[in-house]
Amino acid sequence: MAQQRVVVVGGGLAGLASTMKLAELGVHVDLISLTPVKRSHSVCAQGGINSVNDQTRQFGDNEWLHFDDTVYGGDFLNHQPPVKEMAYWAPKVIDLMDRLGVPFNRTGEGFIDRRRFGGTLYKRTAFAGATTGQQLLYALDEQVRRREAEGMVTKHEFWDFLGPMQDESGRCRGVIAQDMVSMKIKAFPADATVVATGGCGLVYGRSTMSVFCTGSAVSRCYQAGAKYGNGEFIQVHPTAIPGSDKLRLMSESARGEGGRVWVPRQPQDARTPRDIPQEERYYFLEDRYPEYGNLVPRDIATREIFDICVNDGLSIESDRMSVYLDLTHIPKTELDRKLGGILDIYEKFQGVDPRVEPMRIFPAVHYSMGGLWADYVKSSEGGLEAGAPRNHMTNIEGLYAIGECDYHYHGANRLGANSLLSCIFTGLFTGPSIVNYASSQSSGHDDVSSAIQESAIQTQQQRHDKLLKGDSGSGENPYLIHQELGDLMTRVATVVRRNDQLSDAVGKVQELHQRAMRVSLSDTGNWSNQNVIFAKSLQDMFPVAKTILQGALQRDECRGAHFKPEFQKTSLTSEEPAERRREAEVWCDEFEKNNEKFLKSTIAGWNPDNSMPDITYEEVDTSLIPPRPRLYGLVGGEVIEEVWKERAEAAKTAEPVPN
Amino acid sequence: MIALDPESAKRPEFIKVRIRRQDAPGQEPYWELHQIPYEPELNVISVLQRIAAQAKTLDGKAVPPVAWDCGCLEEVCGSCTMQINGRVRQSCSALVDRLLEDNDDEIVLEPMSKFPVVRDLVVDRQRLFRSLKRVKAWVPVDSYYDMGPGERQLRAKQEQNYPLSECMSCGCCVEACPQYTKIELKQKDGESDEAFEARKNEAFDEAFVGPNAISQAMLFNNHPTGKALASERMDALTGAGGIQACGNAQNCVAVCPKEIPLTTSIARAGRAATVHVIKKWFEK
Repeated sequence: MAQQRVVVVGGGLAGLASTMKLAELGVHVDLISLTPVKRSHSVCAQGGINSVNDQTRQFGDNEWLHFDDTVYGGDFLNHQPPVKEMAYWAPKVIDLMDRLGVPFNRTGEGFIDRRRFGGTLYKRTAFAGATTGQQLLYALDEQVRRREAEGMVTKHEFWDFLGPMQDESGRCRGVIAQDMVSMKIKAFPADATVVATGGCGLVYGRSTMSVFCTGSAVSRCYQAGAKYGNGEFIQVHPTAIPGSDKLRLMSESARGEGGRVWVPRQPQDARTPRDIPQEERYYFLEDRYPEYGNLVPRDIATREIFDICVNDGLSIESDRMSVYLDLTHIPKTELDRKLGGILDIYEKFQGVDPRVEPMRIFPAVHYSMGGLWADYVKSSEGGLEAGAPRNHMTNIEGLYAIGECDYHYHGANRLGANSLLSCIFTGLFTGPSIVNYASSQSSGHDDVSSAIQESAIQTQQQRHDKLLKGDSGSGENPYLIHQELGDLMTRVATVVRRNDQLSDAVGKVQELHQRAMRVSLSDTGNWSNQNVIFAKSLQDMFPVAKTILQGALQRDECRGAHFKPEFQKTSLTSEEPAERRREAEVWCDEFEKNNEKFLKSTIAGWNPDNSMPDITYEEVDTSLIPPRPRLYGLVGGEVIEEVWKERAEAAKTAEPVPN
Repeated sequence: MIALDPESAKRPEFIKVRIRRQDAPGQEPYWELHQIPYEPELNVISVLQRIAAQAKTLDGKAVPPVAWDCGCLEEVCGSCTMQINGRVRQSCSALVDRLLEDNDDEIVLEPMSKFPVVRDLVVDRQRLFRSLKRVKAWVPVDSYYDMGPGERQLRAKQEQNYPLSECMSCGCCVEACPQYTKIELKQKDGESDEAFEARKNEAFDEAFVGPNAISQAMLFNNHPTGKALASERMDALTGAGGIQACGNAQNCVAVCPKEIPLTTSIARAGRAATVHVIKKWFEK
């Protein structure tokens, strides 16, 4: 049999893990990336990577609880079999990364040190200083370089993926990509194709993401017929450093290591933070969430910070919104050892030493929980069937989606330090599935007819040429349209969402989309033309933006990162036990009713006729852990929990015994 | 921030930016002057973004946007290296207010000089990544199957290795190094892409490997499994373009944005090289 050939698009953690695993399995990989893979956005991940470990086990932790925390944190919108498989693989993933040379922080005795992250009560997070993503990425990059030296991998860096190449049956037979220097467009035939192209933060203009994270690669698959799941679930990270070009992440590990969030009780107190006495500081997260404190899940921390600034008017600055994230009570040597990298970033970009003065932070768009719909095969143990060809295949046969760009694992809200895990896990786990798929096909990369290749190249060449010719009279500037799109999306589709604003925004985005389709470029040359590459990615941001808006508009509930005050579940009000109990019953009835309607994945298909998504809903596989109310900080939560437990017990005993 | 900086009254209304442009490899470079309105808290990246959006020079001439390379914008990806007011650094962490303190007249942007220019401020840094292959900068594990954890490591060792592992291949160190000279080859008529690639790699492999690669070799020689290739790495470092090419100018360590102790690595490599050569001599 001829050697198998797979195209991997994207060289972040998922793409590199996939590449090195496929190469180990004897597959030749063409690795396509917008940037040298060592510079991929995964380098920005700071805090760490989660797994159950020998220490947490002794406090009662196990894989099942990691799985449970992940689906509870995700508000039960995660299909459970993939999450279960990931949680059980997590310790193995960290062992492998350790063997590959990741300089994880160590305990005095030389074990891998762990810190606590949001949404869990256990110290599961392994970390390498505050640049864990960078260190993990480098370890994978080194292995891929090794495979490249052996001849198993060919890198195509500074190449832009323009779309999947499909045959008459719709099967993906490779990709079309463009050299960003010579602007040459070329076909890459393959037995299977993997997209691992990350998130879509640039749809929001400024976010914590790198400039490559436009979502355009995913959009190109979506416009070619791939389904898109849970688009409206966008994580807004609670703590970022505001900036005019980018909102730089301030890792959750700052809180994991003891960082405290507060505002002065007196609005816009002009004193320096050091001069504000303890009793005049409002530690609102600790006050409102005594159990988790500063480490509540991200969606909650984000809303609280937003709320304290917008509704309580307690922002520390009057002209822009921010709160203090305070590390100054922790010894400097400890800070340098565990958080040095991120504190340096703050100091470098803000000119203030966060070891001496509290940081000023505010939430920013950070992660896309949604993404390309991807299949899986459930095993008899409730996890994933190892090696099943359909694992992570999109609805386009032969096209796989892994890492941040698929819609699995994180449901309605991602827990900190689970993304690095899901990226590496999906890259490694899908290797055998892809090989088995390719082996089962009667035709492969050698049999892709030149007619298919030529016509796919032709389509892209026409798009490119048309853009270069441009609509010279339109005066539409892609960079300015991008700003408008970003401002609009940030205003209506981040922390708080309202239906009137969302439906208004759908119309506005439609208009911007039309304008973006007739941009006129200031560079019309064919050498290293960044202008035309950006214009294409801008045009392709719109299908994603519309899918986010439409999904959000149609989802009349609050779930994880998706928050509509109009549909918020209220706290219990009565102090009287019997009445409180009755309120809890009603609360639980409503919770059940809401789940029947909305505990479903939003599935969008792109409709080229009206340039809008068609939206349907898909049942979520909650067969392993029954959904339960997410009660972080809710008044009366304990009564609701009690009522819920009784119902769950009753449901269990009422179930007929299987024969 | 809270109160406006008292200095801000002195801030200019506009910022002038002088850029050394080049349309393509082999073309003559030329200077172009741009101007954007001053805003507080800008960095060089946001200046370039504004220049791209306006695509006009100071005298109103419509020009193609300046090409430059960037990625994370928080100094961990290594993309946006260039010479700013004559000093090599990352453009994301180059804050305009600071630059104006040194020179309130204008900001001068130039591409790195040790790599071939692709266009404007974009250079081709393939050679940096090639050098990582040359010193086999990886851990030669048996497989990616589950084989349990790696060896236990004391904190002191982690603290020695971690800073070296932060190298983001930005190229500042080699730009500042007097021994690292530019290699720019042209594809010959009729030469295939593969043949051209091979010819370039051959030229790279004979030239100075650079402080970054020497430091990576020391990182992997200090890893329990990585040191299995220590002798091969030392072969590379004692061959042509290896450690002996270092002239000890110590510029590398001075410009490294991650403050990696490059000269310490070079000193370690120098000692290891002596031992390696003597050992080899005895083995003859």
